[in-house]
Amino acid sequence: MKDVKTILQYDESFDGFLSCIFYIFEYKLSVYDITPLRSETTELFASTTQVFTNPEKSKRVWDKFCELTDKKVQAKVLKAFLSEIKGVENTLGYFIKKVLTEQKDFSIDYGDAEVLKIQQVAKMVHREKHRMEAFIRFQKTKDDLYVATIEPDFNVLPLILKHFESRYADQKWLIFDVKRNYGIFYDLQKVETITADFFTISNTKIAMEHLAEGELDFQKLWATYFSSVNIKSRKNNKLHLQHIPRRYWKYLTEKTIPLQ
Amino acid sequence: MSFDRIQEKLAILADAAKYDVSCASSGSTRKNKDKGLGNSTGSGICHSYTEDGRCVSLLKILMTNHCIFDCAYCVTRKSNDIKRAAFKIQEVVDLTINFYRRNYIEGLFLSSGIFKNADFTMERLVQVAKKLRLEENFNGYIHLKSIPGASDELMREAGLYADRLSVNIEIPTVSGLKLLAPDKNFKDFIKPMEKVKNEIIQYQQEKKLIKSTPKYAPAGQSTQMIIGAAGESDKDIMYSATYYYKKYNMRRVYYSGYIPISSDTRLPSLDTEVPVLRENRLYQTDWLLRFYGFSVNELLNDTHQNLDLQIDPKLGWALRNLQEFPVDINKADKRMLARIPGIGMQSVHKIINARRFRKLNWEHLKAIGISMNRATYFITCDSREFYTKDLTADQLKYKILQNIKSKYQKHFSPQLSLFAS
Repeated sequence: MKDVKTILQYDESFDGFLSCIFYIFEYKLSVYDITPLRSETTELFASTTQVFTNPEKSKRVWDKFCELTDKKVQAKVLKAFLSEIKGVENTLGYFIKKVLTEQKDFSIDYGDAEVLKIQQVAKMVHREKHRMEAFIRFQKTKDDLYVATIEPDFNVLPLILKHFESRYADQKWLIFDVKRNYGIFYDLQKVETITADFFTISNTKIAMEHLAEGELDFQKLWATYFSSVNIKSRKNNKLHLQHIPRRYWKYLTEKTIPLQ
Repeated sequence: MSFDRIQEKLAILADAAKYDVSCASSGSTRKNKDKGLGNSTGSGICHSYTEDGRCVSLLKILMTNHCIFDCAYCVTRKSNDIKRAAFKIQEVVDLTINFYRRNYIEGLFLSSGIFKNADFTMERLVQVAKKLRLEENFNGYIHLKSIPGASDELMREAGLYADRLSVNIEIPTVSGLKLLAPDKNFKDFIKPMEKVKNEIIQYQQEKKLIKSTPKYAPAGQSTQMIIGAAGESDKDIMYSATYYYKKYNMRRVYYSGYIPISSDTRLPSLDTEVPVLRENRLYQTDWLLRFYGFSVNELLNDTHQNLDLQIDPKLGWALRNLQEFPVDINKADKRMLARIPGIGMQSVHKIINARRFRKLNWEHLKAIGISMNRATYFITCDSREFYTKDLTADQLKYKILQNIKSKYQKHFSPQLSLFAS
């Protein structure tokens, strides 16, 4: 049988995903399904292959893709990948394959449903990135570390790293994604990715005894400010919720600190 | 510092500053330097939103709410019986830095009531900005209010530390200003605007020759007008907005629906609703002027002095100019695409790109995300089906209104029921 679907499993890394693209070219696959290793596959008429991440092969794919596209398109692809939405690998696979085969950038062909989908998913991820740049609330600890826990819809830590590095260059900080169990840590020199179990999805708070002196005062001042700038006669709860959906509230100082 | 006292001051002076609607933190070019604090390049960030749905981007406070003026529309007017307070310079600096470090804000928006005189007030604002820049190596966003009547020398210094400067014109017409703010002189508003505009031009020219020329107000100037306090028409408002955009190179003009705060007989009564819908229509008009290539007399003129509250200003224009439609999506130029009701600039951009690859049909347009319930009546595309009925503007307006559900419905439902009967 020639057109049996091949299920390609990879390790969830971007390099792993690109290795799958390489594999598709290498074995001239036409019907395939790229899927993370952990996801279950129960398809009857398909063969399953585990594709091992190979930095050299993935680099060849990416370099070629970068030759044919500009930075904006590359960023879009990365953002869409970080959405972790089920099946996004196949949409991206279709696009990258088409660019490489036809040696042309198709990123503005919005009449193509798959291309439009990448644009839309990338936009969703971009929005979440921007939200995190806005909604992260640092708390200062006794050892002068500014710590924030987050639970973003998409895997945006790699996307916000630069923003925080250039903004808070003179303070140590840690941003921890409790949903994906890793964080980024800046030690005044460089940013590192760390995995640790300081926080979990059920334990997202920094213990009171670790907070720096005066930290709670500033949190209260911020909450005071937040309530004072509200104009009651313009109340618009629908708009309010549209801008700050409830799922973000538990990480927002102004929404959790009681006044008085 | 005593926490309780600071908290009290913050509550009073934030409350008094909240009627200034500008909260922009975008458009500056100040990069983090020498591993200092802050970076304000590119787009702004709204760190939170109040329950009225407005963005909180900056720590927006008054230096003091003591004021020697008695402008009818202002909460801090001399004759108003309210609690007064004043910040010390260092207190504002500490609040800004500590809020910024916790990622609460993009920076500071500092305004003030006028105590003693214009220069005395302006000088204190400048001192705060100077301290933040020079002592704290702060590279976040700073917006300072230009105090009407402040000296040229102080305005020049202010621009060296601030990203943006603004003077609020408040009342769009000179006659309205005379009525509601008799102590203020129109020329005093214009003078700092003129000075800042000239300095910006001069610094930009010098920058071309000498790379090390310092930045001067890189995010430009803005101003604000109160809507619905002095009985002016939408035409009055938008014509004066256009004047400020052109004459003083304003980055933004803000429109602030009047919030009744006084029982003064010169003003709308205390139970008047805030004109949020009118405010929204004015902002839409502002956008059409700045990004969609409309000129102001196409949208507002002697025959149309006020915007239609029921429909957006672009749809209003299209209904008055039905001879320009239908537009062929696959052929029209950018200018005309931007004039189709229900199509925003992002969709225009997508259409122009997508049609290079294939002719677009209704399915494509829907997927791209144009607003079909308005656009349908004004376009043709790669399909034999399109709207062919020859309706008059009024009939078409009624038809469209039946199909759109506006979030402002409650504001005009009485008129609607009249229409339908």
